[in-house]
Amino acid sequence: MRHVISVLVENEAGVLSRVVGLFSARGFNIETLTVAPVGDGETSRITLVTRGEDSIIEQILKQLNKLVPVIQVADLTEGAHVERELMLVKVATDRDTRAEVLRIADIFRSRVVDATPTSFMIEVTGDSSKLDACLALLTPLGVTEMVRTGLVALSRGDKGMVTKSSH
Amino acid sequence: MKMTGAQIVIQTLVDLGVDTLFGYPGGTVLYIYDELYKNKHRIHHYLTRHEQGAVHAADGYARVTGRVGVAIVTSGPGATNAVTGLATAHMDSIPLLCISGQVPAALIGNDAFQEADTVGITRSCTKHNFLVRDVNDLARVLREAHFIARSGRPGPVLVDIPKDITVAQTEYVYSSAEPKIRSYKPTLSGHVGQIRRGAKMLQQSKRPVLYVGGGTVLSDASEELFKLQEGLNFPLTNTLMGLGSFPAADSRFIGMLGMHGTYEANMAVSNCDLLVAIGSRFDDRVTGKLSVFAPHATIMHIDVDPTSISKNVKVDLPIVGDVKHVLAQFNDLVHAPGFKSGLQDMGPWWEQINEWRKRECLRFNQGSDVIEPQYVIQCLHQVTKGEAIVATDVGQHQMWAAQFYGFQKPRRWLTSGGLGTMGYGLPAGMGAQVAKPDAQVVVITGEGSIQMNIQEFATCLQYNWPVKVIILNNGYLGMVRQWQEFFYERRYAESDMHVTPDFVRLAEAYGALGLMCDQVDQVIPTLERGLSHPGTVIMDFRVNREANVYPMVPAGAGLNEMILI
Repeated sequence: MRHVISVLVENEAGVLSRVVGLFSARGFNIETLTVAPVGDGETSRITLVTRGEDSIIEQILKQLNKLVPVIQVADLTEGAHVERELMLVKVATDRDTRAEVLRIADIFRSRVVDATPTSFMIEVTGDSSKLDACLALLTPLGVTEMVRTGLVALSRGDKGMVTKSSH
Repeated sequence: MKMTGAQIVIQTLVDLGVDTLFGYPGGTVLYIYDELYKNKHRIHHYLTRHEQGAVHAADGYARVTGRVGVAIVTSGPGATNAVTGLATAHMDSIPLLCISGQVPAALIGNDAFQEADTVGITRSCTKHNFLVRDVNDLARVLREAHFIARSGRPGPVLVDIPKDITVAQTEYVYSSAEPKIRSYKPTLSGHVGQIRRGAKMLQQSKRPVLYVGGGTVLSDASEELFKLQEGLNFPLTNTLMGLGSFPAADSRFIGMLGMHGTYEANMAVSNCDLLVAIGSRFDDRVTGKLSVFAPHATIMHIDVDPTSISKNVKVDLPIVGDVKHVLAQFNDLVHAPGFKSGLQDMGPWWEQINEWRKRECLRFNQGSDVIEPQYVIQCLHQVTKGEAIVATDVGQHQMWAAQFYGFQKPRRWLTSGGLGTMGYGLPAGMGAQVAKPDAQVVVITGEGSIQMNIQEFATCLQYNWPVKVIILNNGYLGMVRQWQEFFYERRYAESDMHVTPDFVRLAEAYGALGLMCDQVDQVIPTLERGLSHPGTVIMDFRVNREANVYPMVPAGAGLNEMILI
């Protein structure tokens, strides 16, 4: 089962390596990982996607909680939540394909963020499957390079993790 | 009051109640050592001969006292030498504070002389670690490190201090308040509803077993455990780390369980209907093959560390909390009127266990020619009346010590159970001797293990520590040889270690007393002579070269598939 896990941590040196080190040392896998400071900058929020049986996920959640600088851990896949990912794709174009690339961009409500006579860079946002679908259409037209942010997610509803500092 | 970082290190330690340090100086900790020199009256530093020895000594000190052991090492090789000590303490949940020097902050990352990425290297073998980047954080970090080391599931914490921080100055503000760390709040008391459910299970069981581990020792819960047993009278087995938490001579004690556990303990676990795990972690050396571990049992697990619960074995009733607190909570229910233990129905269960006991799985025959290693341990028990503090190394001698010494009280058994560190025993025994200067401290070791930290004899002599070292010398890395005998068709690859120093002359070279014994009738006289000597002693017992540790559950087999003698 795929799980999206949100981890609120103290924004201090070495936290990310503690989290990543935990996964590698215990043989858990990470599919995607994003991290950035949130709130007043004293905390960071990590979103990671992992796979495993329920017992493995339970261990992952407990082990993350055990790390000293980890403030809170939540498995977002336990409830309703919103997932988003961002992708930048560079497509090489010629006279025949430029219109087609723009049409595809339009279908996926994505934006052209850079253009040259021989290329477009397109920014696509959505859940991961939308990005996959967009990429599948662009690939035959000549994708030069691409990058994805990995997933970020929040639970639906009015409740959330505490991002306010309690110092 | 304005202080330098080095002064703050000493002052904070003193304010935390630390009066004993084990360590080894070097370039980056010179300012700290300069302050140690000026503060000899307040804090005693013991100079080991290797940083690994310093950390093991602090570990032994912590195991005997229950307080945080403190070690100090320099940067680079000082810190990397400390790693085995930290990993040993980490696996056995021993509260340690290790202070390491670091190159000046401006040089970090420049491959400076004696630089190592100490926080990076020790991240996975400590409970937590810190790199101090600002002298204003130093006192707080040391207090937090000490707090983290001793609270919750204890463990080693390392504080890496760049040299420039130790000369920088700032205001020192005394604080005796427990540090508040918003992301770190260990659970002490158990969930009341879970405990009520647990109490019901205790009453319903017909074939219960208490499986008691090192967490009981770490939380000083022996009294609570004994009181619980006054109400329950259940068969009780200890893990290697739990030995001493319940008196070995008590009739309800059925011995250690696991790979070299007793027949009765392993059979009881394999056939019980309720397994109550108390401060134990279902280590692979305890469970054997997981699919046939306690197959008929409902499993209750009390542990302060949630990650230990349902990690290896699915638990039916988890109770997260400190063992001492949780057992006290159980005692309130067990000793309340109306609680009916299954005692009256447990006659058949005890009869069955007594039947298993008749196998006498630990028996051995001491002939008149060759000394059996088990016999030496039995004699040691006799001569010390079972009251010595025993430290061991790792291997056959460790298992024989566990099986035959018969620990009556907690905090007298120092062994590297989790990591299995050869070279642990002598320095751990030194730490124990510092903690209890008047106690009889005995290191049981082998001719292989002792050579892994043999340099520490010099430390013993420097401080006149009367540590007694008993070498069960069989000229083999005995446990390796035993596995090769059982599972590798007696191909003894590189396990023959008959070339050793002459331990008697080695003892004399260090200035200690050396005794050698190869006669059965001389075992007790040698022990009596060695143990009554006022100084450091090495006793070299030449024992049966190919004695094996029985029973043995082969790796990957079920607990009920023991190799018996």
